Amino acid sequence: MFRDAALIAGKDLRIEWRSRVTMQQIAPFALLVLLLFGMALDPDRGILARASSGLFWVAVLFCSLLAIQRAFTIEAADGGRDALRLSGLDPAGVFLGKAAAIAVQLVVLEVVLAVGVVVIYGAEVTGLPLLVATCVAATAGLAAAGTLYGVLAAGLRVRETLLPILLLPVLAPVLIGATRSFEAALGGVAADGWPWCGLLVTFALLYLAFGTLAFGTLLEES
Amino acid sequence: MTTPPDVASGRATTGSPGTRVLGGLTLAGLALLLGYSFLWSPADIAQQDAVRLMYVHVPTSIVAFTACFITTFASAMWLRRKSDGWWVLGAASAEVAVVFTGVCLLTGSIWGRITWGTYWDWDPRITSTTMLFILLIGYLALRRIDSEAGDPAQRGARSAIVGLLLFPNVMIVHFSVDWWRSLHQTATITRLDPTIEGTMLFTLMLGIVVFSMLFVWLLIHRFRLSWIEERLGSTGLDAAIGERRAEAGVPAMGGTV
Repeated sequence: MFRDAALIAGKDLRIEWRSRVTMQQIAPFALLVLLLFGMALDPDRGILARASSGLFWVAVLFCSLLAIQRAFTIEAADGGRDALRLSGLDPAGVFLGKAAAIAVQLVVLEVVLAVGVVVIYGAEVTGLPLLVATCVAATAGLAAAGTLYGVLAAGLRVRETLLPILLLPVLAPVLIGATRSFEAALGGVAADGWPWCGLLVTFALLYLAFGTLAFGTLLEES
Repeated sequence: MTTPPDVASGRATTGSPGTRVLGGLTLAGLALLLGYSFLWSPADIAQQDAVRLMYVHVPTSIVAFTACFITTFASAMWLRRKSDGWWVLGAASAEVAVVFTGVCLLTGSIWGRITWGTYWDWDPRITSTTMLFILLIGYLALRRIDSEAGDPAQRGARSAIVGLLLFPNVMIVHFSVDWWRSLHQTATITRLDPTIEGTMLFTLMLGIVVFSMLFVWLLIHRFRLSWIEERLGSTGLDAAIGERRAEAGVPAMGGTV
């Protein structure tokens, strides 16, 4: 299962490395979102710095939608999904591999966004370990739930519009948990953030477990 | 829900003696509830007449969450058995749940305006009920696509998986929102009077019973309607081909080929 996962993750990341869609399209979009928030809200540094953790995670959520859709469109052409089904790879491995590839790309996006939040919004990092732990746990949850709902919508004509309405309500706990945790890490008391980090870990584990079990059925139908 | 009417025999109705009796009783119950909630129950000391909204609000919220649970249960059973009945039950229950969740949110909002002075408050229950509303709409959107496939054999497991996750997701969302708000909210507003008794308690109980009856009645009709639609998908095409053949056959026999 893990060997299959490594294969799939390697394939997805190699495609990304050669096409550079995440780096050249989604990352600039992420920065653009940060700028748009700045324009929509008062560019008074106070407001942006106070809201920076929430804005950061809303931007991550929007970018993750793009990354997830991208992860499934790369297989839409040339019967890629049929090939994947016929390859004899363990569906659980395929799920973990795709989730891992999405997670790696999301981490890169988060680094870009974090630099943006610090530079543009003037956020102050006080708890770096909590910040990193939150990113890892939230990213795992986003990637796991995203892969599960991404494959659900993958084969459909209306996938672009359907995915957000299915996925975003499900990700609400991640947004809440990650934002609270970030608030603690950005100028708050770090101890306040760890329980929220626990919520994120629980969410990630639940969706990783469910996705590992259910992905086979869904892959057959996409 | 026992013997759905057969489309092929031409008798396509969702009513039966049983549902007519249930429908009649529900109507009578609603009339009785109207009487109790507006005339025969007193106004609350603190909430005054706004308390009368509770007789609709609380029952609809209970029914909505029950319906949501039924959808999750039906989805799980469909994934196990792959039988048409569970498939149709999941959709029927979610459709009714959307309506009841909507009514629950609407009455809650009006009540909030009168009592709290605001239509919306970041109360855990309001937030998670709204999320439930959106989750249900997403589920039904996906359902629609899966049903368009027509042939039951090709029906996707997609909506069943989303249906299966419906209730757990509401639980997770509710838990996280609850925790989030409990950290921020200083004053907790108690929604119901702790000492509710007498006529008011009776009216509330009556509301729960009547709205449960309404739910079952709507569920049976939606179930049968979806069942007929499912059958139409598979038998309708055959019937249409048969009709066209018959149409073409008559002039052919008359000699105009």
